[in-house]
Amino acid sequence: MGFVTPDYGTIFWMLIIFGIVLFILKKFAWGPILKALKDREKSISDALNSAEKARKEVAGLKASNDQIIAEARKEKDIILKEARDIKDQIIADARIKANAEAQKSIEIAKQQINAEKATAINDIKKQVAELSVMIAEKVIRKELENPKDQEKLVEDLLKDLNLK
Amino acid sequence: MIRIIRSFILILFAVFLFAEVGRASETNSPEGHTETTKNFEAGKYVIEHVSDAYEWHIATFGETHISIPLPIILHSSEKGWNFFMSSRFHHGHETYNGFRIEHDGEHEGKIVEVNETGEVIGVPVDLSITKTVAGIFVSVFVLMAIFLSIAKSAKKNTNQAPKGLQNLFEPIILFIRDEVAKPAIGEKKFEKFLPFLLTAFFFILVNNLLGLIPIFPFGANVTGNIAVTLVLALFTFFITTINGNKHYWKEIYNPDVPWWLKFPIPLMPIVELSGLITKPFVLMVRLFANMMAGHLIVTVFVSLIFIFNSLMGVEAGLGVSPISIAFSVFILLLDVLVSFIQAYVFTLLSALYFGMATSEHH
Repeated sequence: MGFVTPDYGTIFWMLIIFGIVLFILKKFAWGPILKALKDREKSISDALNSAEKARKEVAGLKASNDQIIAEARKEKDIILKEARDIKDQIIADARIKANAEAQKSIEIAKQQINAEKATAINDIKKQVAELSVMIAEKVIRKELENPKDQEKLVEDLLKDLNLK
Repeated sequence: MIRIIRSFILILFAVFLFAEVGRASETNSPEGHTETTKNFEAGKYVIEHVSDAYEWHIATFGETHISIPLPIILHSSEKGWNFFMSSRFHHGHETYNGFRIEHDGEHEGKIVEVNETGEVIGVPVDLSITKTVAGIFVSVFVLMAIFLSIAKSAKKNTNQAPKGLQNLFEPIILFIRDEVAKPAIGEKKFEKFLPFLLTAFFFILVNNLLGLIPIFPFGANVTGNIAVTLVLALFTFFITTINGNKHYWKEIYNPDVPWWLKFPIPLMPIVELSGLITKPFVLMVRLFANMMAGHLIVTVFVSLIFIFNSLMGVEAGLGVSPISIAFSVFILLLDVLVSFIQAYVFTLLSALYFGMATSEHH
């Protein structure tokens, strides 16, 4: 059975060849290949980690953004409410002032009206008196056109005087 | 890279082919071969195909053998070192410089030293580049070409997606690293053993697969040669032994078993010590037997055609050939699977032994 007995010549060459192959591949092939694999794995895991970190950061930013927005909204509500209050206040004040002003105006107007009225009444009185005197003059002049009437008037007047 | 390999193979092929065809045609004397294919010896044919040889036989057309001569390196106490090509033996039919290849007897298939009268006077130290060794050279060339080019591209495209060959082999390298070395040896120490595991895996795989290609310069039965698997197993054995820690040796010489298993007869230490040897031995035999069997069966199926041919005539041979070819193809495909499995098993078991040698208390 020749082929189950190891041949020392083959063993000799195999030892040398395999030893050299092992050395060369270890130094020039497996080293760089395994290093490249490791480096790539590391860079991939680094990239994944940093992506995860970035994702978390973004999530954190979003949360703080939301908070800021909520706060801003609250502030806006407060400002709006204040503004509304102020507006109401202003309107109310204005109304009161306007009322007072109007009252005052009315008062003044009333006074003026009264004054005017008094003047007008006086005027009317004066005119009525003048008119009465004029009418009386005309009437008297007419009545004294004939001497009989004159006598009679004088008599009447005298009568009146007598009475007195 | 592929172009360089292709041209290299072509040149190699051309050189050897021209050299040998010229030589073969001039040396085929009519008195050379009397036995022809009339009586087909299946057993011899099969064994010759899976055994090692001093020349790389490619094909035989009638009387013309086409084979690649390989260097013969011999050292005998009388003649000192001898270097010559195996073509001097004229396919094992002639004696050259007092050396010849024995065809039967104690030294069958080996080179012996003879005197003028043809008597065997001794066996020289034989360090010839046989077919197996040449096959190792070819697969080592392929191995280097593949992995040095991968290393080059790995260096060049750092932190980039792998391409081409790198892309093809990286998953396998990762598999060996993450599924074999890491779980078997442990997270801390696996990196030290990774170069050997990867080299062993790809050496076995490349040799297994190239051994299945029946065209020169492939097809040498390298991993089906017990000397080759012996060396691989020896490497595993020595790496295991050198890296064995205190705990490992304690488990061998003084395992945690009841005292009567250790005293007065050191039963368990003996079992454990023999385990040291059987582990690499099993590695050697498993790989050898699997690859040898694959090559054997394929050759047997092919030789069935010639057996039927010589027993019952040409028609029977022709009739059997489709079945033979179908089975050969099936077995070859199976061998492709076995090639991967055996390379994996060898690597996995080596890794487990390394893991055992370096493990701390469990």
